Amino acid sequence: MSAQDALSPSGDVALDVRDLRMRYGTKDVLTGVSFAALRGEVLALLGPNGAGKTTTIEILEGFRMRSAGEVSVLGEDPAHGGEAWRARLGVVLQSWRDHGRWRVRDLLGYLARFYRPYATAEVSRPWDVDELIKVVGLAELANAKVMTLSGGQRRRLDVAIGIVGRPELVFLDEPTAGFDPHARREFHDLVHRLADFENTTVLLTTHDLDEAEKLADRILVLDEGTIIANGSADQLARELTTQAEVRWTSEGRRHVHAVTEGDPTGFVRQLLTGDLGVTELEVKRASLEDTYMSLVHRAETDQAQQTDRTEQTEEVQS
Amino acid sequence: MTTTTQPEARWAAVRAGLTRGWLETKYSIKEPGDLVWILAFPVIYAVVLLFMRGSTVPGTDFALGAMVLPSLVGMGIAFGGLTGPASTIAVDREDGTLLRAKATPNGMIGYLVGKILMFALTTLVSLIVMVIPGVMVAGDLRLDARTWLLLTLIFLVGMVATVPISVALGSLLKTSSQTGLLFLGSMLLIVPSGIFYPITALPEWLQWVGQAFPYYWLGLGARSAMLPESMAAAEIGGSWRTLEMFGVLGVWAVVGMVLAPIVLRRMARRESGSTVAAARERYMTKGY
Repeated sequence: MSAQDALSPSGDVALDVRDLRMRYGTKDVLTGVSFAALRGEVLALLGPNGAGKTTTIEILEGFRMRSAGEVSVLGEDPAHGGEAWRARLGVVLQSWRDHGRWRVRDLLGYLARFYRPYATAEVSRPWDVDELIKVVGLAELANAKVMTLSGGQRRRLDVAIGIVGRPELVFLDEPTAGFDPHARREFHDLVHRLADFENTTVLLTTHDLDEAEKLADRILVLDEGTIIANGSADQLARELTTQAEVRWTSEGRRHVHAVTEGDPTGFVRQLLTGDLGVTELEVKRASLEDTYMSLVHRAETDQAQQTDRTEQTEEVQS
Repeated sequence: MTTTTQPEARWAAVRAGLTRGWLETKYSIKEPGDLVWILAFPVIYAVVLLFMRGSTVPGTDFALGAMVLPSLVGMGIAFGGLTGPASTIAVDREDGTLLRAKATPNGMIGYLVGKILMFALTTLVSLIVMVIPGVMVAGDLRLDARTWLLLTLIFLVGMVATVPISVALGSLLKTSSQTGLLFLGSMLLIVPSGIFYPITALPEWLQWVGQAFPYYWLGLGARSAMLPESMAAAEIGGSWRTLEMFGVLGVWAVVGMVLAPIVLRRMARRESGSTVAAARERYMTKGY
């Protein structure tokens, strides 16, 4: 009876990751990821494709062995998490096609049964299936075959399956990929509800900054296998966008220079005294979106192995 | 510290697995693609009977059609148990069903129990439908309490001897498109199994090959249950070799039970969202 009580994480930390590293062969995918999440917090792991988001989340889910580092998920190491630990997690992965022949209610009812033995005095498990179907907006499709659902409906079913055991912590990997704006908004409401009323910790991955800003209490920006920023959208804007862009025209050519640290004024003063032909001077602090987009752009061009991306800037800096 | 509720939770998973097996059987029977497989043996048998009308086992006045029925019953058990689970495991791995089981507490138990029940039930349906054409030769068969007891035993032992091996084989496959190899292998093994052609008429080395696999023994077992005692004379050693039959099937069962969890666990450990996504990707681009 008291088995679950003994497993409760000490304090309010649901997730604690320290210096997580992952290497496939000779390729380092994660090069030292550290973060923590409190109970009831919604965290967004934001980053361009290939940044290591899915690898990170799969290690936390216990589906992938890490190369190094310390990880604690609900007080246990996911590499050795037992079934009682698993019962407190919800997992929503990308690209499910399973159980196509099943009816929606049958499938949820079947999966719900596995969680019943893990109910505690504080957490009644699982959700009432019909109520859950209503919550995710599939009431009219309760008797539909899973394979007949549209992409968005299927995704909502995936979320319902992920939370049917009333998890304390939910992992959502790219939850709204392929959603129309309406479905996306409904999904956002659902996540807010989970965090606010159920006190569920949520870790979601996305490459959409807008979504991260709307959903998350805190955003972690993952790039090249490490976390380069961690904070609320406001904090991120200040932390990540210390850089400013100075643009000007000289001798008929347009130049751009990124001031990566501090005040751009010094650079401008130098520029103006050094080159009297400067016209069309512009100084612009980058927005969070600009910064993120340049990150995404760089990741994409890296993947395409294009090396001539910074030519223009380098010309000025040299 | 997790052990206090673990037996209870496992038991809940077994019961959920029984529900799963029942639901999947229901879905399967409604699916035309599956129904073809379930009805294949009864239909094959009906056709065979049609061709064998009036023929007798050489040297006797025993109807050839009656001789083939028990062999097909045995083959139905072996075929259902050996090829079915392997191919579904390969498919379930690619569409994320196995990963879903992994993400659910004790979900693997529910999955396996469900699979075994589903294959037992669909094979049973197939065998029961075989009764329809079987009525035509019922007069020649030996049908008494011993028949039904022995058939039930052979069905159960046959399932235990084949399903785990099949699960292990399915876990070894890399993609679901490789299940064709399993069907091919099964077909090849049926040749020296004594089901369509008397095993005693084969060269000796082929007889040994046939006797190494469950097809022969399940066919023999079914014949011993349904044919008159005098027909034992046509078998190897002139006997039904009931002890040997349960012995060989027992060895297959033990080998399967030892191998299946090891191979399945090893395979399941590698499953993650990205492997399922990769399978989907391959499916979308290459179409298999």
